[in-house]
Amino acid sequence: MTSVTSTTSATATAAPTTGDLVLSGVSKQFGAYHAVRDLDLTVPEGAFFALLGPSGCGKTTTLRMVAGLEEPTTGTVSLGEQDITRLRPYKRPVNTVFQNYALFPHLDIFENVAFGLRRRGVKDVKKQVGEMLDLVELGAFGKRKPNQLSGGQQQRVALARALINRPQVLLLDEPLGALDLKLRRQMQIELKRIQTEVGITFVHVTHDQEEAMTMADTIAVMNAGVIEQRGTPTELYDLPATTFVANFLGQSNLVRAAIVGKADGQLVVDVHGSKVTVPVPRCRVTEGEIWMGIRPEKVFLAPAGAEQNGGNALRGATVTDVSYVGVSTQYLARMPWGQELTVFEQNTGARDTLTVGDPVDLHWQPAHTFVLDAAQDALAGVEDIADDA
Amino acid sequence: MSALGHLSTPVTPEPVAARKGGRRRTAYLLLLPGGLWLILFFVVPLVSLVAASLYDPNGSIEAGFRMTWSFHNYVDAIADYAVPLGRSLWYSLLTTAFCLLLGFPLAYAIAFKAGRWKNLLLALVIAPFFTSFLIRTLSWKLLLGDNGFVVDALRTVHILGSDGRLLATTAAVVTGLTYNFLPFMVLPLYASLEKIDHRLIEAGSDLYASAFTTFRTVTFPLAMPGVVAGTLLTFIPAAGDYINAQLLGTPKQRMIGNDIQRLFAAGAYPTAAALSVTLMAAITVLVLFYVRRAGTEELV
Repeated sequence: MTSVTSTTSATATAAPTTGDLVLSGVSKQFGAYHAVRDLDLTVPEGAFFALLGPSGCGKTTTLRMVAGLEEPTTGTVSLGEQDITRLRPYKRPVNTVFQNYALFPHLDIFENVAFGLRRRGVKDVKKQVGEMLDLVELGAFGKRKPNQLSGGQQQRVALARALINRPQVLLLDEPLGALDLKLRRQMQIELKRIQTEVGITFVHVTHDQEEAMTMADTIAVMNAGVIEQRGTPTELYDLPATTFVANFLGQSNLVRAAIVGKADGQLVVDVHGSKVTVPVPRCRVTEGEIWMGIRPEKVFLAPAGAEQNGGNALRGATVTDVSYVGVSTQYLARMPWGQELTVFEQNTGARDTLTVGDPVDLHWQPAHTFVLDAAQDALAGVEDIADDA
Repeated sequence: MSALGHLSTPVTPEPVAARKGGRRRTAYLLLLPGGLWLILFFVVPLVSLVAASLYDPNGSIEAGFRMTWSFHNYVDAIADYAVPLGRSLWYSLLTTAFCLLLGFPLAYAIAFKAGRWKNLLLALVIAPFFTSFLIRTLSWKLLLGDNGFVVDALRTVHILGSDGRLLATTAAVVTGLTYNFLPFMVLPLYASLEKIDHRLIEAGSDLYASAFTTFRTVTFPLAMPGVVAGTLLTFIPAAGDYINAQLLGTPKQRMIGNDIQRLFAAGAYPTAAALSVTLMAAITVLVLFYVRRAGTEELV
């Protein structure tokens, strides 16, 4: 039960210190299309920050405005004390690792990495490039051309080419998108290690929620040009602020319910006739119609009629689907009102696997429940996950 | 071919060899039409040209030519025509330079800035080809003529003296050449520029290169294949051109093409052929040197 207080309101309120990247009131319009709407965002210096969202949510546009490749329609971008909103990209202490890397095909690896140093008239280029290539384990590849390297190697060249300039902020635009799964995992760890080593602020744009959760210490979830929620991976997963976040990060069971009362700091919720309780701080709304949410792995299945040990329970369900996936089993349970809820259960061997048609009850802790505004779309963010798969 | 039949049967060394042989035969068969075309329209005329350049220079069309292996034809031709030969190479060098200067911004604008006008602009670049080369050059003769409005206007603003001319000058010939060969420069340049990934230019500016530096270090090097192709397509035909010099110049602007044409018309085949071969050899040497220097093989 981590901080339930302020996962959404933490945006842009902290006083900027020396190197914080601050976007305030930033909007970007392309003709009639609003790519980004009135965005406020503070990225603390030295953070590994992820902008997570489905394609077309405005995350890349946001990144490009920080890089200087797009100019905001309104609002300001500042780095520390300096307003960089209208500063030319080549004058910003910001470098980018581009999607598909954008390595210069006419230059060898050494010259690709040396490009930024040469433009700034830095001396001892040879030594610095050598060290940087060693850091990304490509020391022997300096004379090769980009097209002679594998995808993973090109990715590391792109990283080296940006990092060698010691920018205040490093922007990563879906840097691992073109790599296969195994290599991506490896690079995730590698990127995280490098970030810790160099201590530069990383802003990482991705549509892969798992990637964002593994790497970033703070995530901002974007959808349709606005930030839905900002917080640590744990905060976002544990207490999503919107149905979009609930569905985009992992899975959620969202059940239509109504708040009917209050007792001992708990709200009493009526779920199709059954009464369950939710701690007040976990409720986004405190009266009327709501979405009651619960993560599938937080739910326990028990044979119908089993004793309830102080938790919440919904009774009278039937197992309609069982998918065995080794470490766990995924169940679908049809509730008396027809909705199917998802339950993940670790295969600990404590109980036999249930079979289709078994009557069951669903149990969970009140502290794992969350309550969202009923006006939101219960399916927001669901299809985006399907796209990724 | 018959390879399909072998697919399911166990593969023994013999059928493999047979199949390979069959494949090779197919490859040669496919090369045949192109090869025949080349022999018929390139090798045969070239051999005939080289042969003609070695004929007895005292022959004539009426009396016929004898093959006397008179290599001296070359010495005579070069001695007599070194000046127009040099002038031709000089003019086509100027033409190529002007075409590059005019064509690069045009190709760049079409490739990067034209948006939905791209196809229209490309069509306009090609549009002159719908009229004959000769007619277009003749119109330049009218345009630059002593009574044309261009000369009138330039005289009025005293850029040209009251008896100044445009027609029959070196400028007129080079202008005509530049005009005529500009599309051959623009199209390959466009093709090269158009292929450039826009993110490379963004990467340049992200890595501390100003717009001009990015152009110099990223865009232009990546457009080199187009620059090489465009300059070759301009330089080579311009060096052999005689229409522009004839219509827009005077004997003082005579190019080697004019002499070759005059000699052929007069029946002096051996000298004309020797000049043609000399021009060809000179261009080949220059082009080889240029392509080696430009180092395009590394770009592809």
